[in-house]
Amino acid sequence: MTDYQDTLNFLYSALEEQNKKTLELTEETRLVADIGLSSLEVMEFIEKIEDHFDITIPLNILPDVNTIGDLAGKVQELDP
Amino acid sequence: MLFDKFREMADFQAELAARKVAPFGAVTEAVYSATEGLVQGRRVILAGTNNYLGLSYDERCIRAAQDAAARWGTGTTGSRLANGSFAEHQALEREIADFYGVNNAIVFSTGYAATMGMCATLAGPGDAILLDADSHSSIYSGVKLSGADIIRYKHNDPEDLAKRLRRLGERASDTLIVAEGLYSMYGDIAPLKEIAAVKREFGGYLFLDEAHSMGTMGETGRGAAEAAGVEADVDFIAGTFSKSLGAVGGFCVSPHAELEAIRFCIRAYIFTASSSPSVIASTREALRIVRAEPQLRRKLWDNAHRLYDGLKALGLPVGPAASPVIAVELPDRSATIDCWQALLEAGIYVNLVIPPASPSTNYLLRNSVSAAHSSAQIDAILDGYRGLVERGLAKPAAEA
Repeated sequence: MTDYQDTLNFLYSALEEQNKKTLELTEETRLVADIGLSSLEVMEFIEKIEDHFDITIPLNILPDVNTIGDLAGKVQELDP
Repeated sequence: MLFDKFREMADFQAELAARKVAPFGAVTEAVYSATEGLVQGRRVILAGTNNYLGLSYDERCIRAAQDAAARWGTGTTGSRLANGSFAEHQALEREIADFYGVNNAIVFSTGYAATMGMCATLAGPGDAILLDADSHSSIYSGVKLSGADIIRYKHNDPEDLAKRLRRLGERASDTLIVAEGLYSMYGDIAPLKEIAAVKREFGGYLFLDEAHSMGTMGETGRGAAEAAGVEADVDFIAGTFSKSLGAVGGFCVSPHAELEAIRFCIRAYIFTASSSPSVIASTREALRIVRAEPQLRRKLWDNAHRLYDGLKALGLPVGPAASPVIAVELPDRSATIDCWQALLEAGIYVNLVIPPASPSTNYLLRNSVSAAHSSAQIDAILDGYRGLVERGLAKPAAEA
């Protein structure tokens, strides 16, 4: 399992391209409300994470994910 | 507030009203044939109806419906599990099973209920469903209701499907894999040979929605799986009576005897009224015609090639191959709405598709071809599009 901080760091770097407002990304940064990811961008981002950690992120968990921290937590749960 | 989430839609509807354009729910005021009608006061060629074989207006189907209404009445007034299973419903189930060469079939009241109901029921909590990213809304609704883990694979991408099955490990062999034969928006066809090979490698159950491919593809019209020669790999085939068969309703067939037990667990089957006997009767007649008249399919594809080649010659951005569904994909919302209205005023009715109904962020002028279209009608549709190009409303692909 990847260290939580390493997971967060990966998420920050993976979001660089979409972070058009150049926000300072933290665990509390909201993916849609703050960064403004569209639904298509969310799916592309999820796929990037899945490929990096070689995990599956079911769509069902997405309603519970608002912030980068929420997502990092889910990745931790799913990464064996 | 409860209604806040509808504000964007209300604003969009207000914009359309201000522009005096009504592309969604355009009212057909008269039907003259399978390919002609009166829409919003204009006599138009119908090029957005999914009436692939033109059977909605076939005299034999109409007569069958009339006779059934006289014999059985106008409705069943109940569910298949209560008083709504008539001999007509059972006969259609036997005939659709026979058509597919299997022993098990369920007839549903709509195609939406068939795919939604099956997907919601086949997999449950603890199971996984792998669905194509461009799956129809009914499939998304069903998998959401199932409680299973929902995983998307990239549209028409068997390698991505394989990657995701591999990640599931031992769960892969119990996974429900969902694909469509012919996708309803771009008209693109699933690579079923490759998808079937992936299923053979990893296991799982393949559920195939042939809504747009039943009647239009395969040597005998059974659909994309027949055309790809992989019917033996498909566990469940669902489809609709509202396209090639010109009526309304849906079905699921399977070689698995368990389908009979599944029938009694599908809420979308149990808790809704069954189809009117007249609808079932016209569907039975249409199915007989599909089996007896393969020339309809040939005519459909001739028309599809004629329209596709013509649109391509105009330089318009269409998909990679001819298909009964041909979408012209445009990037600008306002221009696409203008195009839709200009086509209507030129006597051509097509479908306007906007995100999220379109699979990308682009806008579609979606054309569906019918075997009942004459060559002159296809040329008239092309003239309509030529007008869009000449007026600068639709730009050829190279300029877009």
